[in-house]
Amino acid sequence: MSDYSMKDIEWAKINRDVLASLESPRKEFWIVLSVCIFLVLCGAAAEVYQYNEGLGTALMNKPHYWQLYISNFVFWIGMSHSGTLLSAILLLTHADWRKPIYRFAEAMTLFSILTAAIFPVIHLGRVWDMYWVLPYPNERGIWPNFRSPLLWDAAAITTYATSSVLFLYVGMIPDLAICRDNAKGWRKKLYTALSIGWMGRASEWMAFRKTYVLLACFLVPLAVSVHSIVASDFAMSIMPDWHITSFPPYFVAGALYSGCAAIITLFVLLRYVFKFEDYMTTEIMDKTAKLTFAIAMVWNYLNLSEYASIWYSNDMFEKEVLLEKFFGPYHWVVWGMLLCALVAPFAMAFEKVRHNMWAMFWLSLVLQLGMWLERFQIVSPPLASNHEPWTWAVVWPGLIQLTITVASFGWFTMLFLIFCKIFPSVSMYEVKEMVFHRRKASSRTDMEDLDKVKNDMIKAEEGLS
Amino acid sequence: MALKRMLENWSDLRKQDYYEDEPYMWGMSIDLNKCTGCGSCVTACYAENNLPVVGKERCGSGHAMHWMRIERYWEEPEGETDIDVEHSDYPERGAHYTPMMCQQCNHAPCEPVCPVAATYHTPDGLNAQVYNRCVGSRYCGNNCPYKVRYFNFFDFSKDIPAPLEMQLNPDLSVRSKGVMEKCTFCVQRIRTAKGKAEDEGHRDYIEDGAVKTACQQTCPTEAIVFGNLKDNDSKVKTLWAEHEVELNRHEQDKVEDTRGYRVLEELNVEPSVMYLDRVRDTEA
Repeated sequence: MSDYSMKDIEWAKINRDVLASLESPRKEFWIVLSVCIFLVLCGAAAEVYQYNEGLGTALMNKPHYWQLYISNFVFWIGMSHSGTLLSAILLLTHADWRKPIYRFAEAMTLFSILTAAIFPVIHLGRVWDMYWVLPYPNERGIWPNFRSPLLWDAAAITTYATSSVLFLYVGMIPDLAICRDNAKGWRKKLYTALSIGWMGRASEWMAFRKTYVLLACFLVPLAVSVHSIVASDFAMSIMPDWHITSFPPYFVAGALYSGCAAIITLFVLLRYVFKFEDYMTTEIMDKTAKLTFAIAMVWNYLNLSEYASIWYSNDMFEKEVLLEKFFGPYHWVVWGMLLCALVAPFAMAFEKVRHNMWAMFWLSLVLQLGMWLERFQIVSPPLASNHEPWTWAVVWPGLIQLTITVASFGWFTMLFLIFCKIFPSVSMYEVKEMVFHRRKASSRTDMEDLDKVKNDMIKAEEGLS
Repeated sequence: MALKRMLENWSDLRKQDYYEDEPYMWGMSIDLNKCTGCGSCVTACYAENNLPVVGKERCGSGHAMHWMRIERYWEEPEGETDIDVEHSDYPERGAHYTPMMCQQCNHAPCEPVCPVAATYHTPDGLNAQVYNRCVGSRYCGNNCPYKVRYFNFFDFSKDIPAPLEMQLNPDLSVRSKGVMEKCTFCVQRIRTAKGKAEDEGHRDYIEDGAVKTACQQTCPTEAIVFGNLKDNDSKVKTLWAEHEVELNRHEQDKVEDTRGYRVLEELNVEPSVMYLDRVRDTEA
């Protein structure tokens, strides 16, 4: 039975396989890493140019005060949510199939936040005064505006980033100790420092378990609130088609959706690159795909109900924007989103697709494209047809914005690759736990047989006597 | 500290009409019947407020910095006409002109969304913008239903050719790259007049007409009237009363033959500018 497929893995093999991923990598790794670094440099050059010349070089203009930077921000923040979902929510619900894949999902969370955090910064007109958004004590007694959703954003993101780092780090301590025991040179020093003297005593494990579950309990509501606050950036405004009450749950669902798709992408890639076939099994992919499908349906429901509520509200401005979305200059973005994010997930209803790694890989990319387009169509079309018809204008993002967007993908991948080379991207101790439980579960049938034999023997003995 | 002050005076700050005792509440009236769309108000605004002239290209790309603009709307004439509006080069009959600038909303949507409180409401009813405080998040621009906030997308002040910086108005600053700016109801003139009144010993009273905005001063047909809405004898207050437009009233009761309205007032942003609708004889 596929459920027990992982029961035959030995403890030493788990250590060996995971630690092998930290060894000197294949040539492809360096190629991808250098491409990523190149993209980051391109993005940095674009940003330097924009910084010197002004934001107008990014082709934003009067009605389009916000554009790709904000949609990218929402996209990356969204991607960070599924890591929390996999590691915290599924931990609390005792879904043991998360164990081999949650570590990289958590790392993905952290690096998406780090990517997302770049965008509000480069989006600002006066970057050098960015710290004014924070309520720091100053001699002038000036406070930031606590009513502004942007301030909530700053607070929410810093909190989320800090707790994600903590959660990732705490969950990694037992594994870092394993790494420490096997490492040499600078790695030995690094792991020794990071594993803070983990010896694997029972008392340590008990304290560790408690901390981990508490952190998970803290992180779940936090993750929901973070994306609700990002949604408030739009929902709190009075712009037609931004001012929508259902935006917070809609954003959270969309976040989990695009994040799950990203997990599937990285799942297939890591499985291939690091030969994790024994751990990242088709069974786990099947469950991840089912989860993604369920979330996709929630997102679809919220998306369609948003259209319905706009349509039946009969509000002149909102309706205008809705029609402009479907038939206006941005129509291909909206239809593309519907095709990629609403129609495509139905492929996951078929077991054949769910069990085919590369099919899932390409499908997950399509889903992510759909969700990226979704973020663009949230930001741009309402600005293009706002309350004031005289200012209506269609503007497409310029070269600078596109370069920085591509660079953000490079930046994320770069951080992720470096992480995978330094830290174990599969949780060794949790996989061992999983294997242990499965072994026990599968041997239960044998145990029953043993009992029978035992009983028979006892009966036979009684008969003899 | 500001927080301590806030906590101590919490009940005062929560009052409905916070600036009740303030003697000034600046307002405007624009008669669209009189407006010819000549654009002199726009020019005057450029001269008065140190607005950068951005050139044809940047104007086309949506980076123009005109705090005041003349919006042209084309109207299909009712019934049979001798003019083909769609294809005529000069379809004057079909054109509507609306001078549009910051409406100095009393429930301004731009104010609560600024993360650093760079835009706030002054006691005399102005929606003020503190350039030094602005970090350029541009949220206010998005949330403005009139789209009358202008962002310095480039460092325009650098582009002023050599002797022309001498003609800049010394009463107000030249804005740098990365800040938002907008119509201030010529706040520098208001402050000068207030200072003068204080010197003369009547702090709470400024004579009607002593403050004129640049656009009002230049308008050849006197379509723009500016003044104190709390002064019952002022020209602007008389006009508001005459056309039955009131502040803090969500929907104006429309009486026959009154032309007053405020743009997008159904959004409940309480603009301080009243427009008088254009009336035309379609038969003539």
